[in-house]
Amino acid sequence: MKLWIPFAAAGAVFVGAAVLFGADWDFPPIDSTQVGFRGTGMVVTQDRGEQAALRLANVPPPPPYEADPEGDRAGDIYENVQILGHLSDDQFNQFMASITEWVAPEQGCAYCHNEENMASDEVYTKVVSRRMIEMTQHVNEDWQAHVAQTGVTCYTCHRGEPVPANVWSRNLGPGQKGRAVGWRNGQNIVSKEAGNTSLPSNALESYLLEDKAIRVHSLTALPNGTNQTTTKETEETWALMMHMSEGLGVGCVACHNSRAFNDWDQSPPQRVTAWHGIRMARELNQTYMTPLEPVFPANRKGPEGDVLKVSCATCHNGVQKPLYGVSMLQDYVDSLGTKTSTGVPDYNTYVPGETQVLKPAQTSSLEPVSGMGDAEKALASAD
Amino acid sequence: MALLSFERKYRVRGGTLIGGDLFDFWVGPFYVGFFGLTTAFFAGLGTALMAYGAALGPTWNIWRISIAPPDLSYGLGLAPLAEGGLWQVITICAIGAFVSWALREVEICRKLGIGYHVPFAFGVAIFAYVTLVVFRPMLLGAWGHGFPYGIFSHLDWVSNVGYQYLHFHYNPAHMLAVSLFFTTTLALSLHGGLILSAANPGRDGTLYNNPNEVKTPEYEDTFFRDIIGYSVGTLGIHRLGLVLALNAGFWSAVCIIISGPLWNKGWPEWWNWWLDLPIWS
Repeated sequence: MKLWIPFAAAGAVFVGAAVLFGADWDFPPIDSTQVGFRGTGMVVTQDRGEQAALRLANVPPPPPYEADPEGDRAGDIYENVQILGHLSDDQFNQFMASITEWVAPEQGCAYCHNEENMASDEVYTKVVSRRMIEMTQHVNEDWQAHVAQTGVTCYTCHRGEPVPANVWSRNLGPGQKGRAVGWRNGQNIVSKEAGNTSLPSNALESYLLEDKAIRVHSLTALPNGTNQTTTKETEETWALMMHMSEGLGVGCVACHNSRAFNDWDQSPPQRVTAWHGIRMARELNQTYMTPLEPVFPANRKGPEGDVLKVSCATCHNGVQKPLYGVSMLQDYVDSLGTKTSTGVPDYNTYVPGETQVLKPAQTSSLEPVSGMGDAEKALASAD
Repeated sequence: MALLSFERKYRVRGGTLIGGDLFDFWVGPFYVGFFGLTTAFFAGLGTALMAYGAALGPTWNIWRISIAPPDLSYGLGLAPLAEGGLWQVITICAIGAFVSWALREVEICRKLGIGYHVPFAFGVAIFAYVTLVVFRPMLLGAWGHGFPYGIFSHLDWVSNVGYQYLHFHYNPAHMLAVSLFFTTTLALSLHGGLILSAANPGRDGTLYNNPNEVKTPEYEDTFFRDIIGYSVGTLGIHRLGLVLALNAGFWSAVCIIISGPLWNKGWPEWWNWWLDLPIWS
């Protein structure tokens, strides 16, 4: 009986069809950018059609209207305005209209506010938004090594969604440590964060929350015992690198010359920007995301109960320069360009539905110049 | 080199593709023919140009000499000699020399009245080379996508082009090519070992109870029937070897020509079709 022939033929037809129609093939024309000396293979290739579609998906929305920076300050008009009080009434309302479009266009104001009492902090999302605005200000002021003058806004990550599309949380993989069956030591399954490879799936926690060393590269051609890094630790750095590449829509050579991954002198300058980016994401997760854990309800946390966190893909969304380098910040310099407060409230005291005002114990002393009288300015600088 | 007494029998005229009797002669053991001359011309010119390129370059270190293709900005146009033009001319010379060599093999096959298996097999190697330096650059729109001619530099190129697609081991055609290369060496080593074991008897006839005689293919077939239940046979093993080797080269060409023209993301992502199969997703 030669039954295997029809079975093999059927299998080949199904697999062939799945490969031909299931895989997301590109077709010429392909655009390529040379990022190193000719003939070194330092070339980034991108499908022209796919890039055109990505560009369309990454057009930032314009401000709803031009706000008048003159007039009474929002902090004097409204209650419980902790970080945007220096804006004019018009600027403040324009910013509220913008942030609604950026973060909760379907849900509207009520996504963060009790519409009966807009000043109240009883909706948890309002507490989170305030902290996220502070985070945005911090990025724009203190992380220009990564975001340059282009800066970021809420939209850079949110893109009209209350939860940004590309966030991550702890991923320990299947099975239980110590059990012989089913435990995979956090690898050898499809890892979404590692570009769909089987590399370690919890690498982002090691590098974008903790500060595990990424420098696993040996500096000598032959082993001399000084590099104690294990294969799995090395693969964990690959997982991070896969994530960065996928998040930015580029290959490894956008930042590295693969003949010496470790050598800065042979690397394209983009690697410096990326180095700052890793530190930035780590700091944002440590300083802004993790402390908010008590505020988030369980359905806004990961399966392990940790808060959703920031990675490279959160802002970049598959594009090397988020929003193709268009600066949305230039329309929101007053609200998002500089830090307007320091001090962090005790988030453990927050009770959703009850807390009316959640404030840092030490009130802000960083009110920008525009909103302050001379006496206050003197006081601020005395701090 | 002296002509062996029986060789003369096989040195017959005719069978040429071009030139008739004009180039139908031997130099020592080597058949010349029209394509022997073009081979010598292209190989000589190409090698001389590589020496010229090395002289323009920063080093005479044989490992580090590199003749690089033009910048991508030249597209599919010609570049100045010192800025990749040399690479372009050398590429033409290389293809000219390789194809001439294959056609010279064809002429020899015709003289002998044997099949074209050897020139066909060499043609697959030429196809792989032309894929790298002509087909793929044309599909991507610039000669600068070719690989540089240098011992270390072409390895660096392979490495960087692979890493452009994150993890080349996930390239399905690369998987096939690598598997076929390994299988080729496995088949060759099994075949070589088997022939030596049967055809190379011990010196004094005492080894393995061997009465100092060469064994017939029946012994070879029986050996494989005993261990795996099947012998592909004396002719079959050579068909198998050729098919494995040619497929290794062919799928190597496929794995690089789909990288760029047909795929620009990480290769791991290509397997999403598997993850997305309606069976489990």
